[in-house]
Amino acid sequence: MDDSGSHDSAIEFRNVSYRLDGGRELLSQLNLQILRGETLVLLGRSGSGKTTTLKLINHLLAPSEGEIRVEGRSTTTEWDVIRLRRMIGYVIQDVGLFPHFTVERNVALVPKIEKWPAERIQRRVRELLHLVGLDSQIASRYPRELSGGQRQRVGVARALAADPPILLMDEPFGALDPITRAELQREFLSLQNRLQKTVVFVTHDMREALLLGTRIALIEAGRLVALNTPEEFLNSKDPLVVAYVDAFRTDLKTSDKRGNS
Amino acid sequence: MNVWQFMSQNRTEVLELTLEHLWLVGVSMALAVLIGIPLGILITRWPKLNKPVLGGANIIQTVPSLALFGFLLPVPWIGERADRLAILALTLYALLPLIRNTYTGIRGDDRAVVEAGRGMGMTDRQLLSQVELPLALGVIIAGVRVATVISVGLATIAAAIGAGGLGEFIFRGLAMVSNQLILVGAIPAAALAMLADVSLGWLEKRLAPH
Repeated sequence: MDDSGSHDSAIEFRNVSYRLDGGRELLSQLNLQILRGETLVLLGRSGSGKTTTLKLINHLLAPSEGEIRVEGRSTTTEWDVIRLRRMIGYVIQDVGLFPHFTVERNVALVPKIEKWPAERIQRRVRELLHLVGLDSQIASRYPRELSGGQRQRVGVARALAADPPILLMDEPFGALDPITRAELQREFLSLQNRLQKTVVFVTHDMREALLLGTRIALIEAGRLVALNTPEEFLNSKDPLVVAYVDAFRTDLKTSDKRGNS
Repeated sequence: MNVWQFMSQNRTEVLELTLEHLWLVGVSMALAVLIGIPLGILITRWPKLNKPVLGGANIIQTVPSLALFGFLLPVPWIGERADRLAILALTLYALLPLIRNTYTGIRGDDRAVVEAGRGMGMTDRQLLSQVELPLALGVIIAGVRVATVISVGLATIAAAIGAGGLGEFIFRGLAMVSNQLILVGAIPAAALAMLADVSLGWLEKRLAPH
């Protein structure tokens, strides 16, 4: 393997396979470089291995074969797992806010375990709530008192708290209503424009992938089948990509027809 | 002479035996909490220990209490004094609800919450103390509550081996075929059980996660 190329790649998969204890392979022979500052979308159906890929990055899962390098260092041998995870923001569909913590304590989670001084944490929390478009009055509320959209914003703020260079997002907007989802997607774009994080974004929604991705990695049955920019993706001749795009176009046409009738 | 008259005439003895009863239950519950909750946590970390630990606690529970006192009699230091024997037996009986509720409480925590914490770099200890235990606390207290109520009732049997407590009146009443005397032991015991149930029930509600 050529090491020189890994300079501007933040995350690199080298021949990574992941198998369950029973032997079923969820991911096979993945080779993928994720560049610094890009938003790489992992697109695929449910059960295709997208989430598995994501969890291999922050070592919630350990590869059965091959290695993953984050900032040039192997997650299995060269990283302390706790340190690795603290420099990677993590946002999941179910949000996973701590129900017994206020919004403020939720957002402050990583700074707190990193032992930042109290005033710095407080300042950072205000800053982050503002960044994700939330009123700072919300800080003292509990997650159950928030709407789904607000909760997901808090989830994003929490992931950004310690200013990690990498952000993993697992269908973060999947459970939201379409209007809130569109709103959060727009805000994600402008946020990403400013922050330039390395983002790995999992979704099964092609519209979302085309909108947010710098590049789209199509995953099918545990294999990376295509890696394109959104433009290339739409014009690809690859039958698997074409199948995906066609399904999307049919969807659009159907809704068009219904709209016109 | 009715029950209330007897109680007021012998209030020092009633009070003494009630306190003794409380002491037996209190010490054994404290021990059971100190052993049972860590064991419950342990089997969430090492699932292989799950079956032997829960199975063991289950088997203890199936041993009839009088037989358990008998089995423990030859144990050195413990067998020397009746109260030690009673406390050990009560502790052993209380283990199952404590271990089981700690285990199911933690396992029942929202997986997304635990995974988010782990994914953000919380250590196992931080996850346990800041997330898993606080969220499972309601279920764990429910276990303490069940164990305490059972223990108050069970402690009456300790009098059979001379460990004292409110069972003294009950056994005396049985020997003298006096329902009144039985009630003198049974009424305060029932009151203690209800008190424990209500107060721990209140605590359980207060500590349950939002």
